Amino acid sequence: MPGPAKGTRQPPSRAAIVEQVRELYDDLDFSSVRRWLAEHPTWKAAGYLPVYAPRELLHACGFLPIGIHGAGDRLEIIRGDAFYQSYICHLPRSVIEMAQSGRLDMLSAVLFPSTCDVIRNLSGIWKLLYPAVYVRYVDVPQGAKSEEAISFWENELQRLVDDLGALSGRRPTEADLRASVDLYNRVRAMIRRLYQLRQERPWDLPTEELYLLLRAGEMVPPEDFLTLAEDYLGAVAADPRRQRDNSRVVIAGAFCEQPPLGLIKSIERTGCYIVDDDFLLGNRFLTHDVSLEGNPIRTLAEAFVQNDLCSSVLYEIKPTGKKETMRDRAAACRADGIIFATASFCDPALLDQPMLRAGAEEAGIPCIAFKYAENTGQFQQFREQAGTFSDSIKLWGAS
Amino acid sequence: MATVQKDRSMQLQKDMIAEHFELLAHAEENHTPVVYTFVPGNLTELIRSFGALPVLPEINALQSGMRKQSADYIAEAERIGHSEDVCTYVKCDIGMMRTGNIGPAGTKLPKPDLLLLSYTGCYTFMKWFELLREEYQCPAVMFHVPYQGDGEMEPAHREYMIKQLKEQVIPALEKATGRAYDEEKLRYHLELSAKVEDDLVAVLQAGKLVPSPIEGYFGTVYYVGPIFSAFRGTEGGVEYYRALREEIEERAALGLGPVTPDGPLNDQKYRLVVEGPPNWTSFRDFWKIFYDEGAVAVASTYTKVGGLYDQGFRHDPSRPLETLADYCLGCYTNLSLPSRIDLIAKYIREYAADGFVIHSVKSCNSFSAGQLHMLRELERISGVPGCFLESDLVDSRYYGQANLKNRVESYLQMLDSRMRGERNVPTPPSKPDRVALKVAP
Repeated sequence: MPGPAKGTRQPPSRAAIVEQVRELYDDLDFSSVRRWLAEHPTWKAAGYLPVYAPRELLHACGFLPIGIHGAGDRLEIIRGDAFYQSYICHLPRSVIEMAQSGRLDMLSAVLFPSTCDVIRNLSGIWKLLYPAVYVRYVDVPQGAKSEEAISFWENELQRLVDDLGALSGRRPTEADLRASVDLYNRVRAMIRRLYQLRQERPWDLPTEELYLLLRAGEMVPPEDFLTLAEDYLGAVAADPRRQRDNSRVVIAGAFCEQPPLGLIKSIERTGCYIVDDDFLLGNRFLTHDVSLEGNPIRTLAEAFVQNDLCSSVLYEIKPTGKKETMRDRAAACRADGIIFATASFCDPALLDQPMLRAGAEEAGIPCIAFKYAENTGQFQQFREQAGTFSDSIKLWGAS
Repeated sequence: MATVQKDRSMQLQKDMIAEHFELLAHAEENHTPVVYTFVPGNLTELIRSFGALPVLPEINALQSGMRKQSADYIAEAERIGHSEDVCTYVKCDIGMMRTGNIGPAGTKLPKPDLLLLSYTGCYTFMKWFELLREEYQCPAVMFHVPYQGDGEMEPAHREYMIKQLKEQVIPALEKATGRAYDEEKLRYHLELSAKVEDDLVAVLQAGKLVPSPIEGYFGTVYYVGPIFSAFRGTEGGVEYYRALREEIEERAALGLGPVTPDGPLNDQKYRLVVEGPPNWTSFRDFWKIFYDEGAVAVASTYTKVGGLYDQGFRHDPSRPLETLADYCLGCYTNLSLPSRIDLIAKYIREYAADGFVIHSVKSCNSFSAGQLHMLRELERISGVPGCFLESDLVDSRYYGQANLKNRVESYLQMLDSRMRGERNVPTPPSKPDRVALKVAP
């Protein structure tokens, strides 16, 4: 039997890819990032917290962008708890724990997006704890889609590029910036494709796998992610699965502190197909390609301000926007119901929830809600709740 | 039960506030426009220049807390789906609105003609007004104030804010009030504000005296009430702060301490700086823990959330929009964590404090997230020990008198033993008939 043609690559199996991305997910020491940096000595690494960070600019300035999403249920928190009171969410504790235990010492810069006051204030703690690291609070424009908002954001992005370029010694040309924007356009397009496929065939593309793939995408170079994702799509096509009589649900509210993987698995195993979610939302924050015409910093600023994503971390300009959001999302992915899964003490998600839920229920969409922490270890209650929800949709949904 | 003693200024303030709520109660029939906004970054002068009345939801919430009404309001909000984890000011406000919207003065509050969202250092503000917009079905305008993450005002940020004022905020006010923008009126109110601010700063800085004639946290909450709410940039505000300043000057001249609910606090054993907002549901009980032990707050950060006037800022009528932008950028809530630490360390030094207290409230992540690290940093920088307390703003379920009392007393005992023989505070000035309070540059 002839082997593969010379120069061609044997496509990896779904199991092999999932194993690879799971290893990256479990690697709280960021060994792969450290290895990559050792092999690419002219590059540095820059971390960013949820939700939105302009990763293309980090890339253009010679930084490998690394998503800092906490340690989930895989790290005992000792030092992190000394920084936060009991009524503050879990994410910053595990981020501090990782930093204080040296797990993030490969980062030369860390961006703290304007997601909430906890992440904002963490930027101040970081400045005090790690004065050698470049720290920037990324204050995105809020409010009107106006020229002044674009100018403000363009100015902030330019400042970021200037600072990072000075730090790395790689001051990007316009062509460099455009190339990075183009690369991340491809990443965004790939993620849209993956989400579209999951929406169409959720039995073939379980969210557990998709989630792990996207987490990996925030730890490897974007080019590697694109290869990995192409391989995964190929493997999915080669390994079709049987459709089950599950309910189609949207998981809303988990855009910052990420749920433990066990929670995602639990929901999927109780008869729910997840057809839309907020996990790792920064990947999908810009809903369209950024234009490659003109000044790339300007076009990136325009893309953000003119973006049409409704998110809890942005001011909703449209008075009816909150009520329409979940109705529209559920309709777009033909969901039967919505599960509001929110991290405990998450201000953006929990303050939004009454408005979002009211809009969904007014549209006749069944909803349930629960809270988790990234280190939640018991899933029985979620299984019961999600299972009952799925059953009730099946039993009563069509009536 | 002891009769509660009140300063003369407190009565003045009570009358002013009563009058304001009376105007609000009749706003609709008098065709007076009403603009809701928040304390940090409030644009009172601009609102007043349009002939509108400001309503400050945080002030209503804290008043509800002090009047023991907040528990029912919070319960109502949680009943309709608001999480137990989120800010209790928001829930108190929504609960109050849902149960008739009767304000602190016992009169019905008018609906807003505009929600002016000055987004100054508190994420919850954004959600709060999104929620109120749903409830009232009224227009809202966002005024984005960039956070001072790097500890300094950037000229580009000021420009951005001025453009927002011109392109978004002023047109929204014109539309809501039906009146045109009048810069001369704005200048007039700004001029009054500067006078108010001069007198307030003189009062705040009296905390440097020994004994302190003011209580710089619990007592000063009353002093900042008018400037935090509706009276900055008004004739009434000027009158109140002039009277208050004279009252404090008289007290300083007599070497008297501040008036607490149980009488003057002249024997001051401990001088403290306090960080964080107070608890409102048990405000007097909380205060009593301190004054019973002879502890006086000489300065605090909460009393600066409406503006850092003591650090030199004054509203400047010669540059009306620029000064509004600078005011918002410089509010305490908009400062980075390192800047907050620097400011508190400065207070500890300049007010010759023996210690500092961080009161961490569950509701407010803007204040609370990072306060444990602030405690360590402040102890390191200032060399004085700190005390960490936890409760909430207006949710009495999170206030534990016995626990707080135990903590404060233990802390003060520790301070006591530490202070023996090493106290280093400025000697009081010679005692003329009246001490002229000066504003430090």
